[in-house]
Amino acid sequence: MLTQRAKQVDRKPMTFLESIYLWNIVKGMGITISHLFKKKATIQYPEQKRTFSKVFRGLHVLNRDAEGRENCTACGLCAVACPAEAITMEAAERLPGEEHLYREEKYAVKYEINMLRCIFCGLCEEACPKDAIYLSQTFAPANYGRKGFIYKKEELLIPHPLKDKEAYEKALGNKAVKN
Amino acid sequence: MFRRRYNKKKERIFNMAEEIKKEAPANFKVTIDNITIEVAPGTSILNAARKIGGDVTPPAMCYYSKLQGSGGKCRTCLVEVAAGSTADPRPMPKLVASCRTNVMDGMIVKNITSERVQDARAGVVEFLLLNHPLDCPICDQAGECHLQDLGYEHGKEGTRYEFKRRTFEKEDIGPYIQLHMTRCILCYRCTYVADQLTDNRVHGILDRGDHAEISTYISKAIDNDFSGNMIDVCPVGALTDKTFRFKNRVWFTKPVNAHRDCDKCCGKVTLWQRGDEVLRVTARKDEWGEVQSYDGKPGWICNTCRFDKKHVNDWMIEGPTKINRHSVISQGHYVGLHKPKETMPEVMGGRAPKLLMDIHDVSDVNSVDISALPGPATSKTFEKTNSNGKQ
Repeated sequence: MLTQRAKQVDRKPMTFLESIYLWNIVKGMGITISHLFKKKATIQYPEQKRTFSKVFRGLHVLNRDAEGRENCTACGLCAVACPAEAITMEAAERLPGEEHLYREEKYAVKYEINMLRCIFCGLCEEACPKDAIYLSQTFAPANYGRKGFIYKKEELLIPHPLKDKEAYEKALGNKAVKN
Repeated sequence: MFRRRYNKKKERIFNMAEEIKKEAPANFKVTIDNITIEVAPGTSILNAARKIGGDVTPPAMCYYSKLQGSGGKCRTCLVEVAAGSTADPRPMPKLVASCRTNVMDGMIVKNITSERVQDARAGVVEFLLLNHPLDCPICDQAGECHLQDLGYEHGKEGTRYEFKRRTFEKEDIGPYIQLHMTRCILCYRCTYVADQLTDNRVHGILDRGDHAEISTYISKAIDNDFSGNMIDVCPVGALTDKTFRFKNRVWFTKPVNAHRDCDKCCGKVTLWQRGDEVLRVTARKDEWGEVQSYDGKPGWICNTCRFDKKHVNDWMIEGPTKINRHSVISQGHYVGLHKPKETMPEVMGGRAPKLLMDIHDVSDVNSVDISALPGPATSKTFEKTNSNGKQ
């Protein structure tokens, strides 16, 4: 016997009352009906949503500064910190006249996160020296194909704070350092 | 005039060394951090410490053993001399620059065992970082930068400097070398390279004090055959390879030793590869971050090898470069990896499993061959691919 809870199997032949199963059905239905009056464990998603913990790590957002310039400089620290190797990027030099688009002289022209690989550990956020990437309070929505899980810069970039202030504030949430 | 004065000085030093040789024993016994070593007279404390190696060696930002006359500018190699020599065992009152102070017989030097040295060095690092922009995320030197290493080893976290850092007007010094004057710590190594390696020096230091800056006279492009070595000797990111600019981070590239028959230089280099692409070519470095010597000759490489041979077929590959495992460059390089056996083809009768998604079909990265570009990528590089999809 491995545990004290093991029970000896009863191999006696069933009595008449047991063989018509009626009593056992009533007993089972009793358990089911009693749950109707208990507090429900489920919620009506998507009408209702659970509140996340403050430290919840969800979908990545590429941040902009207050003037709407992209923070990311493609330094590659998020990619080197990523244990799942989900992040790839390509850097480019800022041309004269693009100063309103990018904060520094170098920027990420391509930035991709493979959400199939991502384990949402948040190490990219920890590694970022420019406050450019952070994990928001939403999770990656479901998709029918795998292709939809390769998030590119268009999907990751936060809305422009001057052009779409409301969406920017919403995306910023309570996690990013407000600048 | 400078040259004459410099030669005179050299002569004087040489004469001094001669005098010492006459009277003193053939070998000087010097104790550095309680380790005693015998060195030839005329050796600097720094070189004696390098013979011992390891933590005992003071760091050097400006001294470069392959460049004559270098050293004495950055003050990071300061050491304490607890006893001058057996003849005169008085300690030296101030910390001395170990790259410019020669050993004496019976000298006792303290480097890591001296709190004074550690404190002074932290101060020196802070001074070096006063005007140095903390733009490591942008800088191509990040990951192999001596100032970055020094900052992490000796500097204190955070800056106390509240004023505007020194800025310069941007200057284009040719298609191969990128000059970032703001990052310069004025170690003079590159001017020594220009002086001693190239035929006619066209760049030097202009102005004085806080305004001192590296520049080429009247924006003359540096087109000497060995000018690219300035990139290798620069301890910071002030001089970087323009053909590698912003193309990749050092720690994502794979250093490989390679050689080719070159009629101008030794042809022994390190290729910094990504897959089969050669992103950058540099000279091979020794343990002190200096260009490696072959048969006593420093292995400088020419500009043809450095900038024009960016194809694997140009090179004979010898094998991976040994990188210190504490370096960020060895990050993500899987050494001695044992790959498990692929069981799927065996189970499926030789057929490979069907891929549900090939990442290369979906990803936008690598749509343009960045390694083939002569300079950094810009938004113009990607205009074509944006309008008609993938190339």
